[in-house]
Amino acid sequence: MSDASYVRDAMIAPAAPPNSQRGAVHWLRENLFSGPLNTILTLLGLLAVFWIIKASLPWLLNGVWNAGSLGECRQIIAAKAGLTFNEVGESLNAAGEVVEPALGACWALIRERWNQFIFGFYPVDLYWRPVTAFALMFVALAPVLYFGNRRICTIMVGTVGVLLLLSLLLLGTDLQHVGLFAVIFALLAAVAWTMPKRLLWVTLLFPAIGFFLLWGGSVWGPVGTLAGFAILAGVWFALQRRFGVVVAAAIGVLVAALWWLVVQSRVTGAIDAVLSWGLTPVDSDQFGGFLLAFTIGVTAIAGSLPIGILLALGRRSDMFLIKTLSVGFIEFVRGVPLITMLFTASLLLQYFLPPQTNFDLILRVIILVTLFASAYIAEVIRGGLAALPRGQYEAADALGLDYWQAQRLIVMPQALKIAIPGIVSSFIGLFKDTTLVALVGLADPLQGITKIVRADINWKGIYWEPFLFVGLIFFLVCFGMSRYSMYLERKLKTDHR
Amino acid sequence: MALAADAPKDGFRLSMLIYDTRFRAITIQVIVLILFLLFVGWLVDNTIQNLARKDKDIDFGFLFSRAGYDIDQQLIPYTNDSTHGRALFVGLANTLAVAFFGCIFATIIGVFAGVLRLSRNWLVARIMTVYVEVVRNIPLLLWIILAFVIFSETQPGPRDFRVTDEMIAAGEEPKASMIFFDSVAFTNRGSNIPAPLLSRPLGGTEFLGVPINYSTIAVILVIIASVYANRALLRNARAVQEATGDRPVTWWKSLLILFAPVVLLLIALGFHLEYPVLAGFNFQGGINVAHSFTALLFALSIYTGSYIAEAVRGGILAISRGQTEAAYALGIRPGRTMSLVVLPQALRVIIPPLISQYLNLTKNTTLGMAISYLDLKGTLGGITLNQTGRELECMLLMMLIYLILSLIISSLMNIFNTAVKLKER
Repeated sequence: MSDASYVRDAMIAPAAPPNSQRGAVHWLRENLFSGPLNTILTLLGLLAVFWIIKASLPWLLNGVWNAGSLGECRQIIAAKAGLTFNEVGESLNAAGEVVEPALGACWALIRERWNQFIFGFYPVDLYWRPVTAFALMFVALAPVLYFGNRRICTIMVGTVGVLLLLSLLLLGTDLQHVGLFAVIFALLAAVAWTMPKRLLWVTLLFPAIGFFLLWGGSVWGPVGTLAGFAILAGVWFALQRRFGVVVAAAIGVLVAALWWLVVQSRVTGAIDAVLSWGLTPVDSDQFGGFLLAFTIGVTAIAGSLPIGILLALGRRSDMFLIKTLSVGFIEFVRGVPLITMLFTASLLLQYFLPPQTNFDLILRVIILVTLFASAYIAEVIRGGLAALPRGQYEAADALGLDYWQAQRLIVMPQALKIAIPGIVSSFIGLFKDTTLVALVGLADPLQGITKIVRADINWKGIYWEPFLFVGLIFFLVCFGMSRYSMYLERKLKTDHR
Repeated sequence: MALAADAPKDGFRLSMLIYDTRFRAITIQVIVLILFLLFVGWLVDNTIQNLARKDKDIDFGFLFSRAGYDIDQQLIPYTNDSTHGRALFVGLANTLAVAFFGCIFATIIGVFAGVLRLSRNWLVARIMTVYVEVVRNIPLLLWIILAFVIFSETQPGPRDFRVTDEMIAAGEEPKASMIFFDSVAFTNRGSNIPAPLLSRPLGGTEFLGVPINYSTIAVILVIIASVYANRALLRNARAVQEATGDRPVTWWKSLLILFAPVVLLLIALGFHLEYPVLAGFNFQGGINVAHSFTALLFALSIYTGSYIAEAVRGGILAISRGQTEAAYALGIRPGRTMSLVVLPQALRVIIPPLISQYLNLTKNTTLGMAISYLDLKGTLGGITLNQTGRELECMLLMMLIYLILSLIISSLMNIFNTAVKLKER
C-alpha cells in the first residue's frame, strides 16, 4: 500500500462565498460604495433624494380634493394639522405660537377645472363628441401601431370601447346614444378579431370622422372631401399602369383638386338642401386644453410623415431642380424657430392667400406645424436612407424594379426601420411643441388654460398644481411614445445579434 | 430604292417625354419648375393685392424711426428715444446672450448627467435617468413658465431684506438675507449680483453707436496672448519629451502663464466689485438680472442639458469595448483610458448631435416671449411689429436673422467637427 497516511477520497463541499462577497452587502459595496468618489456620490444622491422627498411628501399626502378656492384649501390643510391663521396670515399652533405653515397640495383646482383643462371652451353638452373622436383615434391607431396583430387590436378596441361607454355615462349622455356606441364598438371589436387588417379602413376614414365629430356641421362636407380622395385613388389606380406612378398621381391630384375646388361645394350643397344631416357646428375658438393639443399634434404627426418621406426622397433625387427645392425648403424651415412659423400662420398667411379667404386659425396653425415637422422628419429619414448600403439599391435595380417599386418594397421598409427612433423623437418634440400655439392666442393646456385658471381670483397664487398636472399628462404621452418606439425597434429587429 | 427609307427612324416622338427615362427627368423638372413659378407668382400676386387693399406698402423705413418703448435688459445702450433698428440689435444681443450662456450651462449639465448615467454607482445612475426622462418628456415652455413663476412668486420682496434698528435691538433676523457672503440678493423682482468695475479704466470709443471699451479689449487680448504662450510652452514640453523621454514639469508654469498676466492687468486697472445694497424700496448698485433672463436660462439649460446628456451617453456607448480593453492591455490606467482613448473617439460621435442641440437652444430662446423676455422675437417680432403694424417686413426680417444665425452656428460647429473628425484616406 502507499505510505501516504491520508488521502482524501471525497471532494470538500463548496463553501458559501464570504459575507462580503454576496447578498445585499456585496451589492451595496459594488454598486454604491466601491471607492471614495462613489461613496461621496452616493451620499450626495441620498441627500438629494431625501431632500426632495422631505419637501414633497407631506405636500402630496396632505392634498385637498374638495375646496372652492385656494384660501379654502389652505384652511382645510391647516385645520387638519391643528393650526389656525392669525390676521396677518401666519400659521398659529394650538398654543398660539407662530409656526411654519402646514404644507398641502390643492388638487381641488384640477377637480374644479378638469373640464377646462381637457376640453377648453367646448360646449358642455357636446363633450361626447371629442370623447368619441378620442376613442376612435385609438381604434384607428390600433392596426397601424400593432400591424394588425389580432389579439392586441381586439384588446385595444375592447378596452377603448368600455372606457368610452363609461365616460359617456359619466358625462350623462342619453342611453340611446350610449347603446348606439356600444353596438358600434362591439362591431369594431368583432372586425378586430376576425379581420384585424380591415381596421385600416377606420384609419383611412378617421380624419373625416374626427373632423366631423369635432367641428360638427353638415355631414356632407367631410363626405365630399373623402369623395375627392376616392376620385384621386380611382384615377391613380386606373392610370398608373399606363402612365407610371408620378404622372398618374399628378392627373389624379388635378382631377381631385377640380372636384374639391369647383364641384364639391355645389354637389354637397345640393344634397344638404335635401338631406340636411349633421351635428351642431362648433367654432374653432371654443377648442382648448388637451383637446387642442391632441388635435394639432395628431393631425400634424399624421401629415408630416408622408410629406417628410417625399421631401427626403426629393433631397436625394438626381433631378437638380427637385433636389434644390427640397433642400431649400428643409434648410429654411429648420433654420427658423417654430414660433416664427406660428406667427406666419397667424399674421402673414392673410397676405399670401387670396383676398377674402378667411380660414380658421387652428387649421392654419396645423398646416404650418405639419410643414415644420415634415422638414425635421425628412432629415431623420434621409439619415435612414443614407445608412442603407448601396447594395440594396443596386439589388433593386438588378431585379428590374422601377423607382417607386424599389422605394416601396426595398428601400423604405429598411430606411424607416433605421429611422424609427429619430422619427418618434421628432413626433415627441412635435407634440410638446403644440404648447407653443398659446403664443398666437390659442388656449393650449399649458399657457392658455393655466393662465386663465391662475387669473381667477379664487385660485390666484397657485402654481405647482396646474403645472404638475399638465406636465404629468405630457410626460405620460411622450414617455409612452418613446416606450412604443423601443417596442417597435425590438419587434422589427431582424438581425440576429 | 426604298430600302434606305425603310430603316427604323430614331426620331423624337412626344410620348418619349413620358416614357423615355432620358427625357422623363427633364419633363418632370420643367413641369415642377412651371408649377413652382406659378405658385410663387400666385403668392406674390396675392400679397400685392392684399397690400393694396390694406393701403400698405413694403417699407423698411420704420427701422429708423423712434421706438418709444423700454427694454429692461440692455447689453447695448438704448433708451426709448432710440430707433426700432437699435431695438432690433438690443433684442438680438439679448437672444445671443441667453443662447451663449445657455449653451455653456447645458453642455456642463449634459456632460455631467450623461457620464453619471453610465456610472457604476446604481443610485446616481438612476437619479440621472429620472432627470433625463422627466425633463425631456415635458414641454420646454412648462419649464420656462414654472421657473419664472417660482422665481417671481416665491422669492421674498426687497423689503424682507431690511434690517431695522428695532430688529437689531430685539435680536430678530430679517425674513430674508443675501447669499454668497452678502453679495447676491435674490428677490421677487430679480436677482442682484455684484458688478465688476474698474477704478482706472482705459477709456473707450464708440463705433456705429456701439460703445467699445478699451479695458475689455485689453483683458481679452491678454487672455488670448496667455493661451498662446501656454500652447507654446506645452509644445516645447512635448518636444523635450520626444527628444529625451522625460516630460518637464509644466503645470505651475501653465498656471502662472495663464493667470498671472490677467490678474496683474486687472489689479493695474483697479478691478473691484460693486455689491448691491438695499436702498429705499429696492436694491441699488450691482447688476440687476431680470427673472425672465434667469428663468429662461435655467429652463433652457436643464432642458437642452437632458438632450446633451443623451448624446454624450450615446457617444460613449458607441465606442466599442475592445478599445477600452486594448488600452487596459497596454497597461493604461482607467482614468487615462477615458481621457486618451474613449473620449477623443466619443467626441466625434457626440459633436453632430451637439451642434443640433445648440441650434435648437438658440431657436428655443424665442420661447422667452412667454415670460416677456425681450429678445429678438420680443422686440422686432413683438413690440415693434405691434406698434408699426408692419407684419410682413418684421416677420421676414426676423426669419432672415434667425436663418443667418443658424447658418453661422452650424458652419462654425462644422468647422470644429471637421477638425476633430477621423482623418482617413
